Amino acid sequence: MTMQPSPLYRKRKRTNLMGLTLSMIAMSLGLIALFWILFVLFSNGLAALELTLFTNDTPAPGSEGGGLRNAIVGSLMIVGLAVLVSTPIGILAGIYLTEYGDTSKTAEFTRFVTDIMLSAPSIVLGLFVYAIAVATVGNFSGYAGSLALTLIAIPVVMRTTENMLRLVPGSLREAAFALGAPRWKVSTMVTLRAAKSGVITGLLLALARISGETAPLLFTALNNQFYSTNMGAPMANLPVVIFQFAMSPYENWIQLAWGGALLITLTVLALNILARVFFREKVKV
Amino acid sequence: MNTSQSTTSSDDGVNSVNMAAIANRQRWQDVVFHRTTQSFSLLVLFALVGIIVSLFINAWPTFAKFGAHFLWYVEWDIINQEFGAAISVVGTVLSAGIAMLLAVPLAFGIAVFLTETCPVWLRRPLGTAVELLAAVPSIIYGMFGLFVFAPVYADYLQVPLQSVLGGMPLVGWMFGGATNGLGILAAGIILAFMVLPFVAAVMRDVFEITPPILRESAYGLGCTTWEVVRKVVLPYTQTGVIGGIMLGLGRALGETMAVTFVIGNANRMPTTLFSPGTSIASVLANEFGEAEGLHFNTLFALGFLLFCITFVVLALAKWLIIRTEKAKGH
Repeated sequence: MTMQPSPLYRKRKRTNLMGLTLSMIAMSLGLIALFWILFVLFSNGLAALELTLFTNDTPAPGSEGGGLRNAIVGSLMIVGLAVLVSTPIGILAGIYLTEYGDTSKTAEFTRFVTDIMLSAPSIVLGLFVYAIAVATVGNFSGYAGSLALTLIAIPVVMRTTENMLRLVPGSLREAAFALGAPRWKVSTMVTLRAAKSGVITGLLLALARISGETAPLLFTALNNQFYSTNMGAPMANLPVVIFQFAMSPYENWIQLAWGGALLITLTVLALNILARVFFREKVKV
Repeated sequence: MNTSQSTTSSDDGVNSVNMAAIANRQRWQDVVFHRTTQSFSLLVLFALVGIIVSLFINAWPTFAKFGAHFLWYVEWDIINQEFGAAISVVGTVLSAGIAMLLAVPLAFGIAVFLTETCPVWLRRPLGTAVELLAAVPSIIYGMFGLFVFAPVYADYLQVPLQSVLGGMPLVGWMFGGATNGLGILAAGIILAFMVLPFVAAVMRDVFEITPPILRESAYGLGCTTWEVVRKVVLPYTQTGVIGGIMLGLGRALGETMAVTFVIGNANRMPTTLFSPGTSIASVLANEFGEAEGLHFNTLFALGFLLFCITFVVLALAKWLIIRTEKAKGH
């Protein structure tokens, strides 16, 4: 016996169809946006991707050719120092929040503040580092740039470390305590080791995040037209160079900006994919 | 280093002294470790306090000169040293508001698709694609906006909008101005591009933790997919969704690079959606390099304002999430 669908049922089916179609349209718009941006990036950036990009320094305004060598090296140094400093601080702070602080008021407040710092505007952090590390010393420096990036990276590392350490089963800790291990050994050699892959994932994500940050470097490391490895002086770095070149009227500058943008995006995407693959392989829950 | 392993019965006498020494040393190591990790964790708190204090100290001359009037003073005269925050604040709020208006429905649609209608084998690649889009640095969006989007937007969006809606009584005034591909609406759209993957990822994560039994009970009663989403999933996850939206808003308010490229960078109050304006972050990015005197202090004052605004938005987001997690009994 077949039933005639009631008008209410038909209306519900219609609403359902409309809603799901709209959501599919939204998904396609999102994918179109992604592919559009990546396509534009690759088509404009690949033209600039030749060996001279890595061997020549940034050109003077109006002069031909040039590359991004000083910017790439400068970025590597600034980001490298930032990661070197933020890793131990972030991991140890994360250990404190999980192992010692846990539910105390200070720890709750610290978590709250960390989450806010995670999403704080990076340009304001740049202003802060300017006030304490550039204005006081009297010159822009790569160290100030690294300090700004460290301030951005520490909350990221702290949060991921804490989340990963929480996943470690309590029985592992208790077993170590039962063997008589001191607390610091339990935290580092047992718990942290068990959460190792998750923590490394967090480090990779922090690295990806600070590689692309422009605003904090604008007033701290500034920029340098020449090749320099002196961190105590203004240093060239990819994001600021891209910003400067992209807003300029010179053709070769704009093309170099696209090349730099492609480099940064490839690095960030590679780090993210690496973090995902690494985490999935190592963590077998 | 050795752990305190149990000793053999033959060296009892010697090793009890050793064991006391070892225990003392370990206790001392533990204290050092505890205090070290504690000080590192307090570093974040000190950084926050330091930021607020140093911003305020450097901004003080401006606040002393203009007082509370600074907040709504519509003026940006560097030569005569007359500054007001209104122009930048309006630009910031407008562009972020437009971005959220555009991004939130789209993000919701994406999250619904990824959790309900997407075939299972496609879920992870598409989810990863959305997350990768969220990881792209903002300067890329800025360059995309300036070089690729602006011309397309000028020809295919601004001109039609102006000719179709420009003459209408209530909304016509919004679409006046030069159709050159820049302006408040352009900045809002580029920001929406940027914030969309982030909010979509948060919404999808939150939708995914809805207990399957709730969904399946609804399906068992005969609900359509859309009804399940609207009446079961959304109410259950509403605070997570709102928290995610506010996080996205916080990001949009503070974004520098994506906005600076396309907002037009004109220190005038925007009168239409197409008119160039400026946001706090883009003013800082453009003018900080050569600022001095009261101009310098004013930029710090703007930075302080921006930090306060985003702090309030983010704190509200966190409080909402925490409060309803407590109400749910987590």
